[in-house]
Amino acid sequence: MAAKVPPPAVTPEGGGAPDNGFERGSGFTADSGAVFDNGAEPDTGAVLGSGVVLDSGNSVPNRIQAVTELRLGRIIAAAIALLVTALIIYQIAINQTFRWDLVWLYLRDIVVFRGILWTLLLTFGSMALAIVMAVVLALMRRSDNPVLRTIGGAYVFLFRGTPIYVQLVLWGLLSVLWPRISVGLPFGPEWFSFSTQDLITAFWAALLGLACNEAAYLSEIVRAGLDSVDAGQSEAAYALGLTKWQTLSRVVLPQAMRVIVPPTGNETISMLKTTSLVVAIPFTLDLFYATSAIGNRLYQPIPLLLIAAFWYLVLSSVLMLGQHMLERKFGRGIAVSG
Amino acid sequence: MNTAHIAPSSSDAQVSMAPMVEVRNVYKEFGTPPNAILVLRGIDLTVPKGSVTVLLGPSGSGKSTLLRCINELETITGGAIYVNGELLGYREDHQGRLHRLSDKQIAEQRSHVGMVFQRFNLFPHLTALQNVMLAPTLVHRAHRAEATIDALTQLGQVGLSDRADHYPSQLSGGQQQRVAIARALAMKPKLMLFDEPTSALDPELVGEVLAVMQNLAAQGMTMIIVTHEIGFARRVASQVVFMDGGVVVESGPPEILDNPMHPRFQQFLSHVT
Repeated sequence: MAAKVPPPAVTPEGGGAPDNGFERGSGFTADSGAVFDNGAEPDTGAVLGSGVVLDSGNSVPNRIQAVTELRLGRIIAAAIALLVTALIIYQIAINQTFRWDLVWLYLRDIVVFRGILWTLLLTFGSMALAIVMAVVLALMRRSDNPVLRTIGGAYVFLFRGTPIYVQLVLWGLLSVLWPRISVGLPFGPEWFSFSTQDLITAFWAALLGLACNEAAYLSEIVRAGLDSVDAGQSEAAYALGLTKWQTLSRVVLPQAMRVIVPPTGNETISMLKTTSLVVAIPFTLDLFYATSAIGNRLYQPIPLLLIAAFWYLVLSSVLMLGQHMLERKFGRGIAVSG
Repeated sequence: MNTAHIAPSSSDAQVSMAPMVEVRNVYKEFGTPPNAILVLRGIDLTVPKGSVTVLLGPSGSGKSTLLRCINELETITGGAIYVNGELLGYREDHQGRLHRLSDKQIAEQRSHVGMVFQRFNLFPHLTALQNVMLAPTLVHRAHRAEATIDALTQLGQVGLSDRADHYPSQLSGGQQQRVAIARALAMKPKLMLFDEPTSALDPELVGEVLAVMQNLAAQGMTMIIVTHEIGFARRVASQVVFMDGGVVVESGPPEILDNPMHPRFQQFLSHVT
């Protein structure tokens, strides 16, 4: 490099003492396209290039201000993207079949609002149940007990390996498979029994179906979180005389939360949209079914689909905000320093 | 390094005859027999009450494994370990058969033995004070107010009263290790185990941790220390044990450091000092 580069175009004159043994700005030359804002006035009081800043405080004495080049390729790419987007928006705006008037009319319909509430109830209810199940499953799969390990593994294999829609249809047919559910000793006397249809209504079938499926996915997340905690942490806890349960609940799980919370937030947002599949049960009160029902009644499915899409978008935006706040809370004490 | 003239704790009055730790012909293998690695090959060791035992040896000699066996972080494969007269890990019935203790009973045995790790292993989600308080509140079911006062006393003992509300990430390595010592002491252990407590520290932070340990020894705490600090061993140890290849090669009073008999020990010392 030294052979090609001409002597620095900006050489210190006056103030910047060259006796520090460093060639000022070596490597940066005038033909590199950069302008040094202190080029003409090198008397900044700092010894440049030596790493020892004398009195420039926190300011960078030789901040680079590069000339912005116009790049034709970037401009063309942006223009094409804008054009395509504008065409799509235009087509949507002028297409009368969207019936924007109906969208506006039914956007705030009471049935739609009820659908939103049911959808939220399903989302949070099934997630809460799934989290509890997932922790149990993750512990089973990390257990020393080979029976628990195998059963936990088989559960995850089955519920992750089959489609949620198929599972939900099966949950809906539970009362066909077992018309009555009875409580008693296993293979022994029966104490009392219920009609399956009364005990597990469409709502509970939907909630259980969603939770059982989600638990399989969440258990992998919980397992990864537990594995992420250094083995020295449990050893230190055991050495202090803590039991396995105390070690898990007070030392390992709180630290695992940092790894568990972000993907669980994603799963919650995903669950919000998955609840639209409960029509398979069939459960008929959630947001998607409610809007579809109106659409079918009006022979106008498209505007009502747009309404459903709009509200799902609003709800997931709110959930994303919540997730962001949770992540900040659970990063505490580990990433924070100062 | 701080070379305070503190007399070794092994003054005759403090050392009673009943041993704090008795290790009898202990074997430890890792893995299952065809591919097992034998790490301890018949260890015998007696640690009197109030004494300081320093375990020396090259890496892989089994000294850390022995320490972990005394705190039941590892289960021994053969032999027996007694702490304060109590057999670790098993209950012996009247026919002499051994029954494995439950997890809870083992946790109870561990609560009498403090352990300090090379990598501190403080709980990063808790402050220094909460680290020290956790075990007394959970295991001894101490009241929060009492536990707080006691934890602050312990932190004061290691010179860190003013760091009680700091998280481990906000403390230097030496400070973290001193919190770890305070955390172990808060359980009022009969015995303290130190597994290379200064090996992960910057050289200028080693002294502060050794000073705390020396102070602890002077108060009569029974200690077993795995370390490479020969000077510290010379000042504080009541007995020095040199291990290699899973056996005790040589042991005796700290004077053996200046006059090692076994060639392996001589070779080791020539490398360390």
